[in-house]
Amino acid sequence: MSTERVGIIGIGQSEFRSRRDDASYPDLVREAVALAMADAKLDFDAIQAVVYSLSPDAMVGIGNAERLGVDAVGGRNKRFLRINTGGATGISSVTAAYYHIASGACDVVLTAGADKVGECGDSQTVLNKIWDPTYERQLPLGTINMLAMSAVRYMKFYGMTEEDMARVTVKNRKHAALNPRAHLRKLVSIDDVLASRYISWPIKLLDCCPQSSGGAAMVLASEKFIRDNHLDAVWITGLATCAETYWMGDRMGNNPTAEHADAHALSRAFQRAYRMAGITDPARQVDVAELYAPFSNTEFHAIDAAGLCAKGESIARLREGEYDLEGRIPVNPSGGTLCTNAIAVTAMARAAEAALQVWGRAGAHQVKGAKRAIANGNGGDHQIFGTMVIES
Amino acid sequence: MELMSRQETWNITYTHALGETASYFYTQLRDHAKLFGRRCAKTGKVLVPPRAFSDETLQPTTEWVEVGPGGRIEAFTMVYEQFNNLPPPPYAFGYVLLDGADTAIGGYFKGVDLSDPHKAAEQLAIGTRVITRFAEERKGDVLDFWFERA
Repeated sequence: MSTERVGIIGIGQSEFRSRRDDASYPDLVREAVALAMADAKLDFDAIQAVVYSLSPDAMVGIGNAERLGVDAVGGRNKRFLRINTGGATGISSVTAAYYHIASGACDVVLTAGADKVGECGDSQTVLNKIWDPTYERQLPLGTINMLAMSAVRYMKFYGMTEEDMARVTVKNRKHAALNPRAHLRKLVSIDDVLASRYISWPIKLLDCCPQSSGGAAMVLASEKFIRDNHLDAVWITGLATCAETYWMGDRMGNNPTAEHADAHALSRAFQRAYRMAGITDPARQVDVAELYAPFSNTEFHAIDAAGLCAKGESIARLREGEYDLEGRIPVNPSGGTLCTNAIAVTAMARAAEAALQVWGRAGAHQVKGAKRAIANGNGGDHQIFGTMVIES
Repeated sequence: MELMSRQETWNITYTHALGETASYFYTQLRDHAKLFGRRCAKTGKVLVPPRAFSDETLQPTTEWVEVGPGGRIEAFTMVYEQFNNLPPPPYAFGYVLLDGADTAIGGYFKGVDLSDPHKAAEQLAIGTRVITRFAEERKGDVLDFWFERA
């Protein structure tokens, strides 16, 4: 492995919406790629490899949609790899792009993808299919129900209330209102959230992410290439992944190997990334966090797992405003996954936001003076995690 | 300009082989209304639903252990939204640690009035004792049993 750093030199993201009827799936991928290439100020010939970010095929309704995507990312005659780790796909793709460069195999790598979740009327039907057909598929499992069960355990262990959950939505909508790329940008009150209808108790409509359509792309390069070409960059200084058991029922009961209330493997993945980045006290050393949380309750265990506080302390700290845009460690300044979820690229958007923040290019939702950001993605039934530390 | 769309439906049939371990579990359930787990000899843990190997030791599990019918609720939710191709709401389901088991198995909760979500949540609170009920006519499937408050 090279000791040279890997930098981010270009970022492209759609304005995420329910539907993009003006653009086919490859059009949407191409849109993000064009934005990222313009941002990197590079000719397409400079790209040596493409990592294609695409979660379950059934969400876009095209089997192996990376086939259609090859042309949209300029993949002809280039190294090409598709990544799918469910909700973590986007950050896994950035990770794979990173290792193409860190290994010394390439100097410049593009990662890109898009999703059109809004075209799939049955996203929970698709997501029910990620459960084992032997013992569990017969039950109405889906990502909302699965994380509702995490919520009831988090409530039991740490005292989270429905009002605490509502505060997460209120905060993230405030941030999203400042982010023109976010999908749900309307301000809401705690009462609005509490009055919204139950989907899966205790999760209500306004505790849920939307089904978004849009694309994202990032260009990564070696430190040598960045130096030789006098390019502007921010740096990936730590990254890691971690998995835990498939069986949700094993994350409870007697002496579980992980706890379903918490994000056990996410915590491990953050510890690994912090070690690589030389971070010893994340609560003091991290300036801003863009944490994957598709439902309001999951932001709490993500904050805990990121080591920004002790387990369960995130509830009180969020209530006190610590994670607001003007707070001590802003969490999800973009509005987060709760306000925008184009599944195939949603974890890439977390890394992209972290990069824009330390670059000082986040716009109206810029965290003042941010130099060190963290990002993560969660995939599967809360099972496969990716983390990243990005610094200016 | 006018923007057009096309509708498509995927309808794919699979016949999944369940393997030896789940086949034993389901035949015992179908023929005798009994639930079994598999013990890992190394950790001593009884895995329910039963699996051929332990994810902790990567060793084959070695022993069938009858579990339940009593147990305690480990997780639950009540669903009030209609999702396409999923059951009509409201319904409650979750995970139960059956007596003698070390891991929890999923199933429906029945016999609880779901009209008031907060009251229902109290009825299904984590730690609540439940009993497994079995369908009169069993096919050898997870839906052959459900849980009710003990």
